Amino acid sequence: MVRCGRTGGRPERFAVAVSSGGGGLGGILRQNEVLRREGWKRVSPMTIPMYMANGSASWVSLEFGAAAELHAPASACASGAEALALGLEMVRSGRAEVVVAGGAEAMIHPIVLAGFAAMRALSRRNDDPAGASRPFDADRDGFVLGEGAAVMVLESAAHAAGRGARVYAELAGAGRSADMYHIANPEPSGAGAARAMRRALADAELTADQIGHVNAHATGTPMGDTAELAAVRSALAPAVDGLLVTAVKSMTGHLLGAGGALEALVTTLSLYHGTVPPTRNVDKPDEVGGIEVVRDGCRPLTGRAAGAISNSFAFGGTTCLLSFAAETTHLL
Amino acid sequence: MALSDEDVLEGVKQILHEAAGVPVARVRLEKTFAADLEVDSLSMYEVAMMTQERFGVDMPDEDMKSLRTVADLVAYIQRSGVSA
Repeated sequence: MVRCGRTGGRPERFAVAVSSGGGGLGGILRQNEVLRREGWKRVSPMTIPMYMANGSASWVSLEFGAAAELHAPASACASGAEALALGLEMVRSGRAEVVVAGGAEAMIHPIVLAGFAAMRALSRRNDDPAGASRPFDADRDGFVLGEGAAVMVLESAAHAAGRGARVYAELAGAGRSADMYHIANPEPSGAGAARAMRRALADAELTADQIGHVNAHATGTPMGDTAELAAVRSALAPAVDGLLVTAVKSMTGHLLGAGGALEALVTTLSLYHGTVPPTRNVDKPDEVGGIEVVRDGCRPLTGRAAGAISNSFAFGGTTCLLSFAAETTHLL
Repeated sequence: MALSDEDVLEGVKQILHEAAGVPVARVRLEKTFAADLEVDSLSMYEVAMMTQERFGVDMPDEDMKSLRTVADLVAYIQRSGVSA
């Protein structure tokens, strides 16, 4: 971590983009109980600061001394990826030299579970918690809610070299689109996702045959996973032979606004270590059309695998994909 | 006393209007939910909830998915033997 504010660095060149899809939901619901029970004079003066969606980003800025820009793009389950895309753009444009970017989410609360349950979005495999999150398995029946945070330090290659930083990978590009289909359901052919994937490649100046790995959004809903694989086939064909796809949510559940950041972090480390982690619970792989979903164990990334893509999609239709390049391929 | 088909249809019209914004005048027995009235899956779950509240009819998801037309829903409610 670069402690600009504490070490005499340049806070005006240091930015933050840390997202939350839902803001401090638990806090405001607790304060609502206080309001009903004890009246408005007992409501905490921290109610609004705890609730506002840029609260996490603000604490990072205050703690580490970032004065360039402060963002918290809120786009439901694509929020974390959008924060990283925004960070990339700040570094590229020179608005910041260093950006702390990612997502944080804490939405495990009865109202959130009830809301997703009413949409029939959650797995009902309640008798088998470890098997409930099963992206790409034929018997998947919805997602499992998780929570957590993931944050990365983005910086220009020159800045990283200047401070002798260990470089894990290059965040090489971002591609976004609007699905323009439904408030919550994905467009079945994956057209919007494929459009964003082609943009993510073009932005990174990578070609489909350089992509060896896709870290899927795959939440484990019947419709979503199918549409995502259709998008991968559409955007990367005919280069899908040997492509390794994995779904982190099989192990972490769905971190909503932090999911895209956590999965980008896993993608980064997959490139750094040359290893793709497996997807849990794929007992009966769904029809994947020549695409290999990694299961049973880690798989080495070989040969062409200089590039990887991390997918994020969201209710509302926000699509945000990040493309990464293995550090050694671009900095040599 | 059992409700007439007309009574049930009137209730269904109001439910579709409230749950999915379908104009009451467009709701006729032969209309399909998806293609004709453009009621999506989320709104159909809302319709099922409101049907439960109004008519006391419990509708499992599998049953709801089998209903194609307004007439199907009216018949489902009548089969469950509601009374006013």
